[in-house]
Amino acid sequence: MSNNLSPKERLAIGRAIMPAQDPEARSRNFSEVNLGLSLEQAVREARRCLDCKSRPCVGGCPVNVSIPEFVTALAEEDLPRAAAILRGDNALPAVCGRVCPQESQCEARCVRGARGESVAIGNLERFVADWAMAHADTLPEPPRPPASGKEVAVVGCGPAGLTAAGELARKGHAVTIFEALHDTGGVLRYGIPEFRLPKEIIDVEVSRLTGQGVEIECNVVIGKTLTLQQLREDFDAVFIGNGAGLPTMLGIGGENLKGVYAANEYLTRINLMGAGQSPDCPTPVIRGRRVAVIGAGNTAMDCVRTARRLGAERAMIVYRRSEAEMPARIEEIHHAKEEGVEFVMLTSPLEILGDDGGWAAALRCQKMQLGEPDDSGRRRPVPVAGEVFDLEADVVVNALGTRANPLLTATVPELELNSWGNIEAQEGGATSIPGVFAGGDIVRGGATVILAMGDGKRAAEAIHARLS
Amino acid sequence: MYEVLSNEVLAPDLHRMEIRAPRIAAARRPGQFVIVRADRGEERIPLTIGDADGEAGTITIFVQAIGGSTRKIAAVPPGGALRDVAGPLGMPTEIEKRGRVACIGGGVGTAVLYPLAKALAEAGNEVTTVIGGRSEPYIILADELAAFSREVLITTEDGSLGRRGFVTSELEAMLADPDRCPQEVFAVGPGPMMRAVAEMTRPHGIKTMVSLNPIMIDGTGMCGGCRVEVGGESKFACVDGPEFDGHLVDFDTLADRLTMYRDHEEACRIGRTQERTVTP
Repeated sequence: MSNNLSPKERLAIGRAIMPAQDPEARSRNFSEVNLGLSLEQAVREARRCLDCKSRPCVGGCPVNVSIPEFVTALAEEDLPRAAAILRGDNALPAVCGRVCPQESQCEARCVRGARGESVAIGNLERFVADWAMAHADTLPEPPRPPASGKEVAVVGCGPAGLTAAGELARKGHAVTIFEALHDTGGVLRYGIPEFRLPKEIIDVEVSRLTGQGVEIECNVVIGKTLTLQQLREDFDAVFIGNGAGLPTMLGIGGENLKGVYAANEYLTRINLMGAGQSPDCPTPVIRGRRVAVIGAGNTAMDCVRTARRLGAERAMIVYRRSEAEMPARIEEIHHAKEEGVEFVMLTSPLEILGDDGGWAAALRCQKMQLGEPDDSGRRRPVPVAGEVFDLEADVVVNALGTRANPLLTATVPELELNSWGNIEAQEGGATSIPGVFAGGDIVRGGATVILAMGDGKRAAEAIHARLS
Repeated sequence: MYEVLSNEVLAPDLHRMEIRAPRIAAARRPGQFVIVRADRGEERIPLTIGDADGEAGTITIFVQAIGGSTRKIAAVPPGGALRDVAGPLGMPTEIEKRGRVACIGGGVGTAVLYPLAKALAEAGNEVTTVIGGRSEPYIILADELAAFSREVLITTEDGSLGRRGFVTSELEAMLADPDRCPQEVFAVGPGPMMRAVAEMTRPHGIKTMVSLNPIMIDGTGMCGGCRVEVGGESKFACVDGPEFDGHLVDFDTLADRLTMYRDHEEACRIGRTQERTVTP
């Protein structure tokens, strides 16, 4: 079958189904859930693309990947071209192909979605990126641009910083990333579990950037080890992408009992430090027989699915609204259900009850019902009078979200912040300090990997314009 | 990598190490700490910066080798290197001229106390230092502290050095004596000791700062694991502390949370014991 298909023939092809590990087996291991499309599947899926003139998918992508172009190259089985196009637009395609909420971005705008199912753009992106990784030796090195003589400091080695660094390096600027933790990737590494984004993928994507000349210095906490002012003196521009690393506390009784975690701590122990994944890991984590995760976003799904893998008999999502309002990606919810995660909906935690030894024992909950729509347009959960019950739980994970970490911003009074403590940044990331740009969660609050990457990309353009 | 320049044993399982870390040495202020990993895969261990030489680009840390990851740090010889040293973290001590201050250290806490006491003395305070330990080998830094203290009082539980008993007995005597009564107290040591000091100064209304050592991971406020209750509020020791008003700290919660991984630590110890028994 060539790519010379009529629209009718293209329309006749059904959407490829992503192969996945068996749910029962995978709920006990940390290997990646999705196994990736085969070449045949990927090419066939690519041929579902109508290559329409309006290209709405591109506008749905925060980094404006040339989607029809790379998909067409794949449909023509020209993988090197597909890889070159994709990598030209996206610094971390193997990451995006795995964790982007495509269903609400590029795929939501796909014309094929209007009648039937959109092209599986995310799965195709993953396929091409993985192919490019596996065939790195055979692909031509991207041309090294002439050195601009300008130096840029990037604060934070997460998705925003990595993207900004990659884009700036491609324009010939000397880039140094300063990372507070001992390893690269930021939230990609400490936040997203292995079964959704293998660490090896991060390692390869990061080494591709260092191969392009990007310097990465770990263990440097800007605001502590070095000040922003020092970076401004030593570099021609600074990009701040240090994330929203500050957990929101529950503010209910029993929060300091043993066995109670903020999602950041729970995930960091397991993802960054390796707790629970090998018997001799020096960093411990409490496994829990009954684990209650409060919240229903992607982080909550990551926590609850992790708890299941650590052996929890009951791994529960506790959420005050109903299933329809859950902010997590549909795929994550679907996967969680397949893995035996329980969804305790319309339930609001009142207090964590402890045992005599100071350990969490149960979550006291208030039954809720949906009332009138609130400001967000979602129906407001209201308590059902008299319906209070206890849910047994020896581990409770609070996944209510994160806020801006003030570690850096508190040391720079002249940097304008909003009332939430996020950096005020214009389109292109310019802040109130000339030459200092910002993007990602430190500007947006808790958002997504791809929005952070979009910020990094646009800020890199703005920085390049300023330095040229 | 961070080069280890010296490594000496101060007391049983307690090492003093000098490390090359020029940026940290330049930025560091008394009261701050670093997070250290000897090698890949190890736990992140928070350690107080005992001293620093900005010009030489070196910092001094004190390591109590009590767990797997701290043993690995303490085992690095001069000329070797630590993989990760991040900092300086935490809020610096508020060093003011108060007049007469008492600096009280218990066990390895004396190492944490040392930079504070030194800075307080340099700021013109009259520093009386009280250090205590189980027995003579556990009394550390007495000479170093004597270099700037008006007096150094020593207590040991078995009476092998100084007064027999606890640091609180020396403090009690100071509080009772108008000529020696401190305007402010700094106490660093095990939780029960800091609590006892805080309870003793509370009726006198003497400000008492304590340095807390909860379990910590990132040290930058990201994970919330080191939360402590201070004045009814949840505070993160890594970014809001590690020093807090001892009269406001909930020591019960602190002590309880420190036991969270006791089973794991026990298992590690047993694992090592077994390792030793099979190794000839």
